[in-house]
Amino acid sequence: MSVKTSRPVWEEKPTPIGQALKATVLTLLVLGVLFPMWVILVTSLSSRETITDAGGFVIIPKGIDTSAYETIFAGGAVTRALWISTLVTVIGTALALTVTVLAAYGLSRPRSLGSRWLLAYFLLPFLVYPPLVPKYLVVTGLGLKDTIWALILPSAISVFNLVVVRGFFQGIPQELLDSARIDGASDFRVLGRIVLPLSKAVVAVIGLFYAVGYWNVWFDALLFIDRNDMYPIQRVLQSYLLAGQAPHTSGATVGVTMPPSEAIKMAVVVLTVAPIVAVYPFIQRHFIKGVLIGAVKG
Amino acid sequence: MKTLEATVASGARRTPARGPGRPHTPLPVRPGRDWQLLVMVAPGFLILFVFSYVPILGNVIAFQDYNPYVGDNPLDAFLQSEWIGFGQFQLLFEDPAFWHALRNTIAITAFQLVFFFPLPILLAIMLHSLLSSKLRGFIQTVVYLPHFFSWVLVVTFFVQMLGGAGLLAQTMREAGIQPWSIMTNPDTFIILVTAEAVWKDIGWGTIVFLAALSTIDQNLYEAAAADGAGRWRRMWHITLPGLRPVIVLLLILRLGDALSVGFEQFMLQREAVGREASEVLDTFVYYFSIATGNYGYGAAAGLFKAAIGLCLILAANKVAHRLGEQGIYAK
Repeated sequence: MSVKTSRPVWEEKPTPIGQALKATVLTLLVLGVLFPMWVILVTSLSSRETITDAGGFVIIPKGIDTSAYETIFAGGAVTRALWISTLVTVIGTALALTVTVLAAYGLSRPRSLGSRWLLAYFLLPFLVYPPLVPKYLVVTGLGLKDTIWALILPSAISVFNLVVVRGFFQGIPQELLDSARIDGASDFRVLGRIVLPLSKAVVAVIGLFYAVGYWNVWFDALLFIDRNDMYPIQRVLQSYLLAGQAPHTSGATVGVTMPPSEAIKMAVVVLTVAPIVAVYPFIQRHFIKGVLIGAVKG
Repeated sequence: MKTLEATVASGARRTPARGPGRPHTPLPVRPGRDWQLLVMVAPGFLILFVFSYVPILGNVIAFQDYNPYVGDNPLDAFLQSEWIGFGQFQLLFEDPAFWHALRNTIAITAFQLVFFFPLPILLAIMLHSLLSSKLRGFIQTVVYLPHFFSWVLVVTFFVQMLGGAGLLAQTMREAGIQPWSIMTNPDTFIILVTAEAVWKDIGWGTIVFLAALSTIDQNLYEAAAADGAGRWRRMWHITLPGLRPVIVLLLILRLGDALSVGFEQFMLQREAVGREASEVLDTFVYYFSIATGNYGYGAAAGLFKAAIGLCLILAANKVAHRLGEQGIYAK
């Protein structure tokens, strides 16, 4: 990508009004993202007095009080939901990556048996969304309701990710793979020993895309998970923060002062955001390349 | 520049079964050579078959009086249910709730096409004009982030900041102003959902445009400037034409998706603003079909939506070809 680093001599000086406008818009955008995150984080770490003084939300922190997190992690609905979401994310990502990488390699070798038909088969779902009602019937009909598999299996392959990985595999010199095959290596060996070591970056990005998707799963949980002890975190976040149920935690016993419920609510938000923000720097380095991998080709 | 979707669509053509001049392996030998590839493709094949192809074919229950209770499982129920032709569609077209949902959907799509679609283009041009790459990188890092948040999280952020018990209301009360309801007002709901969509995806939307901007030849700008074109003329005659193929492509895709507007977003806020303002086709399918067990009805609505979507995308593509653009697939 060619990006200007200095102003070319022929370009006129920017007008002060234009500059001010640009600075305002960009500052507002950045603050619009960072400020709510800041307020929520600070409120979740505030003591009862600080929150009462501030009237609900704390903007300027006064000391750190982790009692909200301690209450959440003492056990109860949020801890369980975090555990279930972690399970869904880890198993789902591992499965989805395996399926995607295998299929991408299987479809990337030129002139293989039935490759045109197979490719068309894999690309068609990209254009036609699986309709809601029949999908619901299929998942329930398979007896997946109220299991984590209802959240994992239907999205265990994304055609978009498949296309990205396949595109990357095709960029590897095919002669290299052909010669390994002729020397007697199996396709599995070629994939594991030659292709994968060359594609660590793309596989990592796609894995993180899958992980974010599984962590964020909400509607599938609404459809397929009726038991509230099987709720993933987004479902719990929704019922506490949007449907207005009180976050009850079994950690609170009589005689123990409960941390303020505002702080607990905000702590649930922070715990939902935290994994995304934690992996974000790793995706961020690569996702632009991933998104554009098809775009700048050819 | 070949766009991503163009690459997707032409993928089948890009790997010819037989390249010119390449030796062609006779068919009988190939299973022996390629069976491993077939094994590799199998898990993905199976998952797509079960969770994409079966549901797509399962749409035929739109022509049934599908009764989930006549069989032991959905397949059995499907086999035993009565075929009624277009009865479900007839009911659907007579249902005022359906037309209401359709009207809402189209209104929201149109609104977002005007007030959301151009914003990432403007932001991309603005970011591209920044001279400090550090500052640009920082802004990009921040504005891309909300794309990775779930809708539950995005709506939660808005409720906490702008809701009745949120930060804005708190500040206004302290200042002695009566806070007005932002999150629960059905009249301004269309603005609210657009604002949420902008917050979540304005940054993400710039990626494609930034890439397109960086492919525009800088000499064009210099030549234009030498000929006396000012900054606005250069933007109008160089920048925008340079972005045109990408804009057209994204418009086509948006049109093809015209009947799906952020599904989860509407489900999540339905209680707060009421059905009147928030019912869109997808929520209609959920509440009038899955929630009530009236599956054939919802399948009919889903099929209607898919058919219109396909027509829209083909029509938009045709217009793009007329305008001399590549569209999603080359002619």
